[in-house]
Amino acid sequence: MSVGKAIPHESAEGHVTGGALYTDDLVTRYPGCLHAWPVQVLHARATVDAMRVEPALAVPGVVTVLTAADVIGENNTGVARRDEVLFDTEVHYWGQAVAWVLGETEEAAKMGALAVELDVTPGDAILGIEAAIAAESFHTEPGQIARGDVAAAMKAAPRTLSGELFVGGQEHFYLETHAAIASVDEAGSVLVQSSTQHPTETQEIVARVLARPKNQVVVQSLRMGGAFGGKEVQANPIAAVAALGCVKTSRPVRVRLDRARDFAISGKRHPFLGRYEIGFDDTGRVLAFDLELWSDGGYSLDLSAPVFHRALFHADNAYHLRDVRVRGRVCKTNACSHTAFRGFGGPQGMVMIEDALDAVARALRVPPHVVRARNFYQPGDTTHYEQEVSQADRITRIWDDLKRSSEFDARWAEVARFNEAHPNEKRGLAITPVKFGISFTAKHFNQAGALVLVYKDGSVQVNHGGTEMGQGLHTKMQQVAAQALGVPLERVRVMPTRTDKVPNTSATAASSGSDLNGAAIQAACETIAERLREVAGRMLAIDPGELEIADGVVARADGQGEALPFAEVVERAYLDRVQLSATGFYRTPRIHFDEAAGRGRPFHYFAYGAAACEVEVDRFTGMYAIRRVDILHDVGDSLSPLVDLGQVEGGFMQGVGWLTQEELWWAPDGRLGTVNASTYKLPTVGELPEELHVRLLPKATEPGVVYGSKAVGEPPFMLAISVREALRQAVSAFGEAPSSVPLASPATAEQVFWAIERVTGAEERRAAE
Amino acid sequence: MASELRFTLNGAPVSADGADPNTTLLGWLRARGLTGSKEGCAEGECGACAVLFVREGPDGQTRYTPVNGCLVLLGACAGQEVLTVEGLADGELHPVQRAMVELGGSQCGYCTPGFVVSLFAEYYRRGRAEEGFDLESIAGNLCRCTGYRPIRDAGRGLPMVDDADPRRARLGAPAPAVEAFTLEGATEGGRRFFRPATLAEATAIYARHPDARLVCGGTDLVVEINQRLSRFETILSLEGVAELRAFDDAEDALTIGAAVPLSEIEERLDGALPILEELLPLFSSRLIRNRATLGGNLATASPIGDSPPVLLALDAEVIAVSAEGERSIPIDALFTGYRQTSLRPGELIARVRIPKPFPTVGRFFKVSKRVHDDISCVAAGFALSIEDGVVQRARLAYGGVAATPARAKAAEAALEGKPWSRAAVDEAKAQLAGAFTPMTDQRGSAAYRAAMVPSLLEKLWAETEAR
Repeated sequence: MSVGKAIPHESAEGHVTGGALYTDDLVTRYPGCLHAWPVQVLHARATVDAMRVEPALAVPGVVTVLTAADVIGENNTGVARRDEVLFDTEVHYWGQAVAWVLGETEEAAKMGALAVELDVTPGDAILGIEAAIAAESFHTEPGQIARGDVAAAMKAAPRTLSGELFVGGQEHFYLETHAAIASVDEAGSVLVQSSTQHPTETQEIVARVLARPKNQVVVQSLRMGGAFGGKEVQANPIAAVAALGCVKTSRPVRVRLDRARDFAISGKRHPFLGRYEIGFDDTGRVLAFDLELWSDGGYSLDLSAPVFHRALFHADNAYHLRDVRVRGRVCKTNACSHTAFRGFGGPQGMVMIEDALDAVARALRVPPHVVRARNFYQPGDTTHYEQEVSQADRITRIWDDLKRSSEFDARWAEVARFNEAHPNEKRGLAITPVKFGISFTAKHFNQAGALVLVYKDGSVQVNHGGTEMGQGLHTKMQQVAAQALGVPLERVRVMPTRTDKVPNTSATAASSGSDLNGAAIQAACETIAERLREVAGRMLAIDPGELEIADGVVARADGQGEALPFAEVVERAYLDRVQLSATGFYRTPRIHFDEAAGRGRPFHYFAYGAAACEVEVDRFTGMYAIRRVDILHDVGDSLSPLVDLGQVEGGFMQGVGWLTQEELWWAPDGRLGTVNASTYKLPTVGELPEELHVRLLPKATEPGVVYGSKAVGEPPFMLAISVREALRQAVSAFGEAPSSVPLASPATAEQVFWAIERVTGAEERRAAE
Repeated sequence: MASELRFTLNGAPVSADGADPNTTLLGWLRARGLTGSKEGCAEGECGACAVLFVREGPDGQTRYTPVNGCLVLLGACAGQEVLTVEGLADGELHPVQRAMVELGGSQCGYCTPGFVVSLFAEYYRRGRAEEGFDLESIAGNLCRCTGYRPIRDAGRGLPMVDDADPRRARLGAPAPAVEAFTLEGATEGGRRFFRPATLAEATAIYARHPDARLVCGGTDLVVEINQRLSRFETILSLEGVAELRAFDDAEDALTIGAAVPLSEIEERLDGALPILEELLPLFSSRLIRNRATLGGNLATASPIGDSPPVLLALDAEVIAVSAEGERSIPIDALFTGYRQTSLRPGELIARVRIPKPFPTVGRFFKVSKRVHDDISCVAAGFALSIEDGVVQRARLAYGGVAATPARAKAAEAALEGKPWSRAAVDEAKAQLAGAFTPMTDQRGSAAYRAAMVPSLLEKLWAETEAR
């Protein structure tokens, strides 16, 4: 069996030796390659009145300055809407690039960019959600999903409360910043090496700015040093600049942002503001939930609409909300354009209901985990958009199992005893569930293609539309192909993703990479395997239906009789003029959604999980440590357990960063003050809890998905909500059973300190002084 | 013209003759096609560029010292022996690489070379056998994919070094010395890099080139090169000056040379001064501490430097030296304004003298978003000399609450001569109110910083009272 085996990442040896190449590592393979550097405007809103490039051209080594005049086709890289002018005279956010200097060396390009002179007239910027609401600056019309009569249910509810929560954004901080190298081949067609999650769209945008048909542009995504959604659309303009530079100069052009410029220019996870009212009974059962959300989309639409929609879809998390209304809009502000990021709005929606349930529990003086469990979906329930919650029983199954394995109840008592004895340090314990819908909500993205090539020696190349960003997609695809063809893993090579192998692909996103591409590869491999069984049947003079191909051997399924080596059958097939390559195609069945009605079945299935977390907080500083985390997560029948474990753990820790210390700080003038690792703090190994127990849910076959597996990329991210809830629990212990524990997000030490000040009344005393 | 720049790279001699002295080792490696080392941040915070130097440690033994390649000026490599990730596998994967592969320690793989380099140095660290795996060894490497658990497990599970290991054999021979070296770049304008070997030479060069920028580990200056795109005409490296690398624990004082890397101070202290030992692990990361120095941390005079509050609390003196001679500056008089010092033109910091006896109570508190590898929002160095329950001398020093690191002198006075008691702490807290007017920035709000000033004193009280 290849599928289900715990194997290292297919490029692991390349990773550890430095031999694995990334886009920017290819530079020295392009002799004469020019280097690009952006000319940035340091205002959040401005008009460029004049630009003088002559001083830059005087810098030794500067070759040219790319401006709007160099755009052959359309000077716009917008995808959802034509709202991203590549070379613009209007400045929409601090640090926007308005021109690019090309130099013989990176040094020359940098010095050239500093030399370009700009006359700019600063304008009034709209900074942040509140300012956008006040100015009525929106990208989208109001959207809504509702069920029942929320107003009546709220009125009838024995108790209600309301809350407001702002959740900050998050920088992707893929270790590899945006990069592209464009060159022209002997036929004059443009090849762009791009660190992109969506080669097809990058191809489309390059073709658009060059005014060429797509068959004149090839995009290759070799592998990415992390992406997390940040390279789903935002790789496009980078590739477009490289391509334009290349066509202008007839030399290869490399564009690579350094961290500070990547931070300033590229979009992030959307900040969200939520205001809710929740109605409930004395047992904590939710009777009505009314949530209004606003997201900060930044200056252009980008993927903000589907991100916002996913927040609406996930405002229920794992809870049955009978009368419910979730609605809101995407704000248009003078910030970089916020974009896809692991979870894609789901986390922002889910954190709202978790915030509200904690408030309900505190109002009732009931432990929050009791209120949570009381509201779980039960089999047969439907979501607020009226999709049946498939395998809803897993929510309770996971919850109960995790509570047992984490010794939750005993530790709940232990934490209480600790807190009794320690006035200045308090511990908090919390458990939270995750339910996450799998599929692109844009229906047409739910398709994939593959091209499988078997060579005469029996070795195999697999091409598919998915990109490798570290998530182990190629590893899984290698396993799927080996399994479906019946050959050993080492006979299968997964090729770099190229638009000239598989056309019209979808972004590798929405956790769907292995579901979609795996199914397409499986189909292609089964086509070939079917042909080979027929060949072998002729060779052995038996019914091909009795034959099985496994581990590189073709033999009768019952093990009787003669066995033929795979390569021998392949050789025979070639001589018999049997086709040894095949394409495969897959489209997700039975999904649909009516946006106007807010009804449908947008998701193929749901992924589930839960996490229990314990923290300890210092009263004097608000600083804290995560002491222990237990996770149980549903990945179906794992295609690749080591890869899946890595996704669960890594997703969790990334979520921890989002909710705790990764604070994006914008100065009052719209400048992002956190533009590098010295100011923006992702978790280090120091934040990894000493005790981390992660398990994959056993016996979890998902029918209708490749080898019974489930998507894993995004869902574990939201397990980190348990950390935020544990912090609130610890903060509450500093007070006298406070009736609410507001905690800003991210919960930096400072915000935890203020939360403690609030529950102890110190804040009021301070204000009185 | 001195333009020859030679060193050993992965066992083979290489030359970087005529390079601009502002060039970093990482930039040079990557331009040569050695792309295993990655640029993740170009400011020494992510470790993706980590490389190894073969250096002599304070124990006199040769060791592999991991550093951030993005912060090493090429001139600092002159005569040195450098290993990159490409040079670690010896026909087959190194045990460190094997462990990372097998445990799933890489996902996207971009940070992986840096982790492998850090783990490689840890693998050969003498003392690992007794002390076990040092988590600090990888605290300066950021990974965005794995969540670190498999990497931590890889480190903890590393086997002991095999006797026949050729990499270990290298450690049996002396490391290259840091010798005098001069580079005059081939670039237009002829930018210069000086690395003298004696203090007399250093002060003489500084007198000749008063506009020279001083550098030692480069962990601050090279950030300026990378991030602000500053380019320096003359760089004077103090790394090779023997007098600046002295460490002397005498009866009346502990004296630390300005160019002693912080890691070396950690190692040499050996329990001598707990407050300093509390500070050092919180001072950035191992990759930085292997290069950063006290002299640099003081001379940059950042209000959020980590060592000033502690040195202020300890009443340290800074010995400055120039071609004209030496003078002592009480550390309290060193910081004159935002990133300004009372050092005169041509003067450099030679050493820091910490007088004895050390205070009976010494604590360092650092408030930051992240415990490891972060820059302070607020830092405090507290030192109390308590005799028979009475505070004889109090020093309350803060960073991050003013334009310079500063003492809260009125609060100190409120404590001195009083019993170390609730009442005295309350009086001191009253004096702390409004003592500083901090500002808001990305590390914290003014209100939070202001709140931390008394709160950290309260924390000191809670923790000393509890004892």
